[in-house]
Amino acid sequence: MSGSEEKTSRRALSALRHDPLAVTGSLVLLLLVVVGVGGAWLAPSGVNEVDVDRMLQPPSWSHPFGTDELGRDVLSRVLVATRVSLQVGVVSVGIALVAGVTLGLLAGYYRGWLDNLLMRCMDVLFAFPVLLLAVAIVAVLGPGLLTAMIAIGVVYTPIFARVTRSGVLSVREQVFVRAAVSIGASDLRIMRRHVLPNVAAPLIVQTSLSLAFAILSEAALSFLGLGVQPPAPAWGRMLYDGRGFVTEAWWLGVFPGTAIFLTVLAFNLVGDALRDVLDPRQLTIGEARRNAG
Amino acid sequence: MGRFVIRRLLQSGVVLLGVTLVVFLLLQLVPGDPVRVALGTRFDPQTYEALRARAGLDRPLVVQYLSYLGNALTGDLGVSFRSGRPVTSIVLERLPATLSLAATAVAFAVLVAFPLGVLSAMRSGSLLDHAARVFSQFGVSVPDFWMGIMGILLFAGVLGWLPPSGYVPITEDPARWASHVVLPAVTVGLVTASILTRFIRSSVLEVLSEDYVRTAEAKGLRARVVIMRHVLRNALIPVVTVVAVQLASLLGGVIVIEVLFAWPGVGRLTYDAVQARDYPVLQGAVLLVAALFLLTNLLVDVLYARLDPRISVR
Repeated sequence: MSGSEEKTSRRALSALRHDPLAVTGSLVLLLLVVVGVGGAWLAPSGVNEVDVDRMLQPPSWSHPFGTDELGRDVLSRVLVATRVSLQVGVVSVGIALVAGVTLGLLAGYYRGWLDNLLMRCMDVLFAFPVLLLAVAIVAVLGPGLLTAMIAIGVVYTPIFARVTRSGVLSVREQVFVRAAVSIGASDLRIMRRHVLPNVAAPLIVQTSLSLAFAILSEAALSFLGLGVQPPAPAWGRMLYDGRGFVTEAWWLGVFPGTAIFLTVLAFNLVGDALRDVLDPRQLTIGEARRNAG
Repeated sequence: MGRFVIRRLLQSGVVLLGVTLVVFLLLQLVPGDPVRVALGTRFDPQTYEALRARAGLDRPLVVQYLSYLGNALTGDLGVSFRSGRPVTSIVLERLPATLSLAATAVAFAVLVAFPLGVLSAMRSGSLLDHAARVFSQFGVSVPDFWMGIMGILLFAGVLGWLPPSGYVPITEDPARWASHVVLPAVTVGLVTASILTRFIRSSVLEVLSEDYVRTAEAKGLRARVVIMRHVLRNALIPVVTVVAVQLASLLGGVIVIEVLFAWPGVGRLTYDAVQARDYPVLQGAVLLVAALFLLTNLLVDVLYARLDPRISVR
């Protein structure tokens, strides 16, 4: 790990430790990971265990989150669906991160026609509202978990490309990069060892915030029937299936929705704390706040 | 300023060309024959051949794209695989419903966010400021369709004050339109308001720390004059951009809300086209929304450059 990478990690960890909201967000995320990994073991019933004698039962000791229109245990389905949301979030943001950082690095480092071409392509993707483009991609590729992850990954790629490019543009003018060029280091080595670690801070912030948006997008796609396919549980799909019964069975709307909200909130709290420390523009606003106060 | 507008126009033209290419390629990504997939069990050779010929799928790809582009420029986006009607008229019929929902939602969002954002910045650290920050964090974290479901549960189910879904054109019965638009518009508007509140607060705080504000205070101007003349006039310039961008993104981003509330707008049309595998309608809706999005961004940039001349110089 290089010096600047270590410094970024230290600042990020310190940001998380000293902000009570970030600590809360981190703990919720930790809990979600535990539930995501062990959801199937923690679930009191099978996720697809249909019981026609117990349809639309309100919350009780035997079914703390009630049962759905097929008599399935809502708590079990909410717990197992955690893995789907986290998986979609991580994989889709991973796709966007790898693609966006690669494109942003190439555009910012080489500039010229390559920069122009790549950034105009990113502008084209930016011209579509996020969910609309994701829906269109899933619609043509066919609904499912994998296509939802690809679609969300594609729509979030431009933001990573832009964040990376703007960082690279300033870093490539630094003396240490020129020094590396002058001693004959290859472009790949310079990008990997000198440029990338110095643009890591805004990328960490962007990753955290994008995870929140990706989980929201997955929930929206599932709600439209374009994400995980039944009978596998997904929070968005549970809300869609339950929306017709929600006036007589409030628990079908409350519990899956709360799960989405808490997950997204946790990522946002962590992302905001990281931004306060790692993003210089946010520091300027922080200073403005202190001055105004 | 003139050169800036021409440059932005050219850029938008290039991006729009790219948008048409992406929309065109969507059809090519469909696994198998898109017409056969769309017809499904309704397949008959005559309809199949007619639709393929009308969509020009038997020609080389480059010719297909150039033809699609040429037709799009004249307002011809092909015909629906389902109804055989022109896509342009199908999409344009749905536009008023989406526009009325998006405009109402943004108006509501501005009414909530403007006082909340400005007051929380001016009373930074107060209880109101904390409440505004909790509100904005809540808004960016909550799925809008969940809030819609909760709204239906409370205001339609428990209280019975509002209809749970449906649409009445404003030209037909404004009162009934209003009763139907409240729930979807507030649902979308609250999320937009939370984003705007956050932005307005930051913008006002930034201006409050500027030297010219300190100078205005030092020369003895009354607080109200400082706020109205120096702080708000400068702080709200970037806010104009965010409001317009929010409006533009709502034009295509309210699919889920339109589905939830059975609101017959472009979003609902997109959803129906996906369900029916009516690819020309899907392409038409996506192209129209992206073009509107680009046009709004172009207008905003020009307006922004007019409000803040430094922009066109950069």
